[in-house]
Amino acid sequence: MVQELGYLKETASQTAGPYVHIGLTPNFCGIAGVYEADLGASMINEKTLGQRITVKGRVIDGAGMPLRDALIEIWQADAGGLYNSPSEMRGAADPNFTGWGRCPTGAEDGVFTFETVKPGRVPFKDGRLMAPHITFWIVARGINIGLHTRMYFPDEAAANAEDPLLARIEHRHRAETLVAAGAAPSYTFDIHLQGEKETVFLDI
Amino acid sequence: MSDRQNRKPETGAFFQRDRDWHAPAFTPGYKTSVLRSPQKALLSLDGTISEITGPVFGHSMLGELDNDLIHNFAKPGESAIGERIIVHGRVLDERGRPVPGALLEFWQANAGGRYRHKKESYLAALDPNFGGCGRTITDDEGCYFFRTIRPGAYPWPNGVNDWRPAHIHFSIFGHGFAQRLITQMYFEGDPMIWKCPIVNTIPDRRAIEQLIAPIDWANTIPMDARAYKFDIVLRGRRSTFFENRPEGN
Repeated sequence: MVQELGYLKETASQTAGPYVHIGLTPNFCGIAGVYEADLGASMINEKTLGQRITVKGRVIDGAGMPLRDALIEIWQADAGGLYNSPSEMRGAADPNFTGWGRCPTGAEDGVFTFETVKPGRVPFKDGRLMAPHITFWIVARGINIGLHTRMYFPDEAAANAEDPLLARIEHRHRAETLVAAGAAPSYTFDIHLQGEKETVFLDI
Repeated sequence: MSDRQNRKPETGAFFQRDRDWHAPAFTPGYKTSVLRSPQKALLSLDGTISEITGPVFGHSMLGELDNDLIHNFAKPGESAIGERIIVHGRVLDERGRPVPGALLEFWQANAGGRYRHKKESYLAALDPNFGGCGRTITDDEGCYFFRTIRPGAYPWPNGVNDWRPAHIHFSIFGHGFAQRLITQMYFEGDPMIWKCPIVNTIPDRRAIEQLIAPIDWANTIPMDARAYKFDIVLRGRRSTFFENRPEGN
């Protein structure tokens, strides 16, 4: 016998279900008057530093149909490459940028939209710079545990070519699933849950 | 976080998630998962700064009734119909340390199992005084509580005659985006739990039991509300015994 390590087990995930909006974006689903505004609806204000961009996209299932009941959250660095988080030890991020946004996919068209700024580069663990990217987290009915992925920018070819995460993708054509379409200031990032065009999802 | 200014923020990477403990993505008993589950392996990497950081939310964001679902949608002087309960507990990490400043959001059906959502068409009635959403932030010791009514079970189109057990959905933000978690809380003694295809996506019975809140007589308020205790565990993070040096270890 040896000592027990004494660690607890993480609470198991369950699907967010079809009515995730009641809890996370109540105003979006018609529950008015409980919260002033839905959390994460706005990431920027008029003083936010950096280049304004729009990120749109859809989440598409294994039959090619967009999900109209998904909820997306994004997390990213500010224009200077700093995260607005207490765990950010490299400096103070732009106080006028939250770095975090939340958006449901449209009940009709399945489109999500974020108005944000283009993130600066941040270092990988070994000090190499990662290419500018936005972290995505997707939940919905039918998804048992939230899916993590990243969006990279199509107009950052040189930075993408030296990105340590993209370089880890063994099947090279799959790296393209993490690169948005379009050009500044408007990008489209479609996320494919399953099949030939399946997006690379991360265990991080 | 403000009351913990003296504590150095932790910056270690998170423990690897035990994906045999969580439900796999593809669970055909829960039919919607069939076309919404990735078929390729996840790409694993040790947490980078993009995942070990995360947003935090201040207590100042909260309204007075945000953690009172009995009243936060009710007309003045009225309250929601149903069994009055208090749900409380602690948010800890896998090392057993409290997670202060964690944002918890919850949502649920009313006492009859009806959700206030435009896509919901169950014939049970809406309660004009019940919205079904709430939120709170854990204190210095990782504790939280809210007041609500016990939700009813409801039928759903999966099998011909599938019913969800009474449950409350929880969304939790810890200190890093990699800890982000959504789950569901069930109630002690509910016979529906073990029949539910969503519950049964979780392979390990002990992991299911961790989602079942026991009744807490000690905190039940006489002549007012019963209490249920639901502790939540988020991923732990490594101690930074040896920091990665830019030039490599």
